[in-house]
Amino acid sequence: MRFSVLSLAREALTGHRGWTPTWRDAAPRDAYDVVIIGGGGHGLATAYYLAKEFGIRNVAVLEKGWIGGGNVGRNTTIIRSNYLLPGNEPFYEQAMKLWEGLEQDFNYNAMVSQRGVLNLYHSDAQRDAYARRGNAMRLNGVDSELLDRDGVRAMAPFLTFDDARFPIQGGLLQRRGGTARHDAVAWGYARGASDRGVDIVQHCEVTGFLREAGRVVGVETTRGTIRAGKIGMAVAGHSSRVAGMAGLRLPIESHVLQAFVSEGIKPLIPGVITFGAGHFYISQSDKGGLVFGGDIDGYNSYAQRGNLAVVEDVCEGGMALMPMIGRLRLLRSWGGIMDMSMDGSPIIDRTPVDGLYLNAGWCYGGFKATPASGFCFAHLLARDEPHPVAAAFRLDRFASGHLIDEKGAGAQPNLH
Amino acid sequence: MRITCPYCGPRDVAEFTYLGDGTLRRPDPAAPGAAAAFHDYVYLRDNPAGRHTELWYHAGGCRSWLRAVRDTRTHAFESVALATDSVPSEQAQ
Ligand SMILES: Cc1cc2nc3c(=O)[nH]c(=O)nc-3n(C[C@H](O)[C@H](O)[C@H](O)COP(=O)(O)OP(=O)(O)OC[C@H]3O[C@@H](n4cnc5c(N)ncnc54)[C@H](O)[C@@H]3O)c2cc1C
Ligand SMILES: [Zn+2]
Repeated sequence: MRFSVLSLAREALTGHRGWTPTWRDAAPRDAYDVVIIGGGGHGLATAYYLAKEFGIRNVAVLEKGWIGGGNVGRNTTIIRSNYLLPGNEPFYEQAMKLWEGLEQDFNYNAMVSQRGVLNLYHSDAQRDAYARRGNAMRLNGVDSELLDRDGVRAMAPFLTFDDARFPIQGGLLQRRGGTARHDAVAWGYARGASDRGVDIVQHCEVTGFLREAGRVVGVETTRGTIRAGKIGMAVAGHSSRVAGMAGLRLPIESHVLQAFVSEGIKPLIPGVITFGAGHFYISQSDKGGLVFGGDIDGYNSYAQRGNLAVVEDVCEGGMALMPMIGRLRLLRSWGGIMDMSMDGSPIIDRTPVDGLYLNAGWCYGGFKATPASGFCFAHLLARDEPHPVAAAFRLDRFASGHLIDEKGAGAQPNLH
Repeated sequence: MRITCPYCGPRDVAEFTYLGDGTLRRPDPAAPGAAAAFHDYVYLRDNPAGRHTELWYHAGGCRSWLRAVRDTRTHAFESVALATDSVPSEQAQ
């Protein structure tokens, strides 16, 4: 399905009865060169780049529910490349560059909006830490600006600047950061992959691996056995479960993260703003709702819903930062299952099981990574060697000591 | 979510701090293969969808360490005991 001004006008006049599906809902075949488990953003992007950039088109994406029903459809859509560590920053900048060209590349409106990401600081020590991060970004050729209090005031005059406990001293701004339309990202990649011959198979849960001489050669699913030359896992919060079917234990815990949307109001929040003294971040959707969130709940969970203690904590953060939102009504809240890794950074690597490849550990920040994650995972699957910007995301780094711990929090997933 | 502390009774989860998997046993640093055993102990988790034995600290109450069994799919608690009274059987590796 293609869209144009002409087709929009035609359909508007004829009751929208002529639209056809955007991509092909395939039935599984017996065998593929590559099978991707998980039809989230990362799985779909991987299939798209495999077909488009690496010429591997005999590919299936197996999704246990419907595509976009996992975290790719549940996140708060923030994209940014403001990381500190050398293992991370070039990768996230690669993602940002792909975001900047994505809509042209897959010819789909993903509503990529570079409205800026502003991280506020509230103390001298925090200013120094942010200055260091901003400098690290610049060393990698990434834009960053350290704003003082007046600079922040010019952008967001409604913030509580003189809070007695956490006065706003300034902020680190990445103007190229912003938001994208999460569902459209899934659909755009799905269409691009499907058009190039990739089978997107929904309601097809992987329940086990087929092994021959130690190697995985296929998957057992609720829609039958499917053989594959290579198998890539991109199942986010379910990584431990699927890896467990191949006998692997991962450096990952699954945790729930909640998000919230208010009723729609006129344009108010200029970009993405994060509170540096608690955990609260906010942006405004194009429909007018304030989209916000905070910390993960902090205990292992596969429930896709969280608890009230965190709702209260997030709302307290919001009230401390911008009390004017106190009379807004909350429209919806929901939760998603995060694959929290032991150092807070992802894994894109081969596994000790021949033929099985892993894409996991995205924590609460994998949406922004989607294009680069798909690209680098496709590179690994196609060439059997890591893409240079993802070379640090090794599974064995926990044994070798080459951790990528942005916060220096240690092996405690609920602190990342 | 509420946790029924053996000392304090049912209390809001906000009073507690979560540590994680409560079945892990610190390896013997003098045993052969200790480095690998410590890697598994520090980094690898079963992370089950279902019954999970886990450690909580009642920071906003009696300050006891608790060992609870909870279903990670529903958040329903099966049992909560003082950690010292409920040392788990040797973990299956
Ligand atoms: C509330 C919330 C807010 C967030 N905010 C942000 C943000 O602002 N910015 C950001 O960068 N990131 C954010 N994230 C994180 C981001 O959404 C995730 O890291 C990312 O979406 C994970 O990759 P994915 O899209 O491939 O995952 P998913 O969409 O979860 O895809 C995984 C898929 O695998 C499928 N699956 C699982 N097991 C099986 C099986 N056995 N067989 C077949 N299929 C299976 C699942 O059904 C699922 O569809 C947020 C997450 C949440 C929950
Ligand atoms: Zn107590």
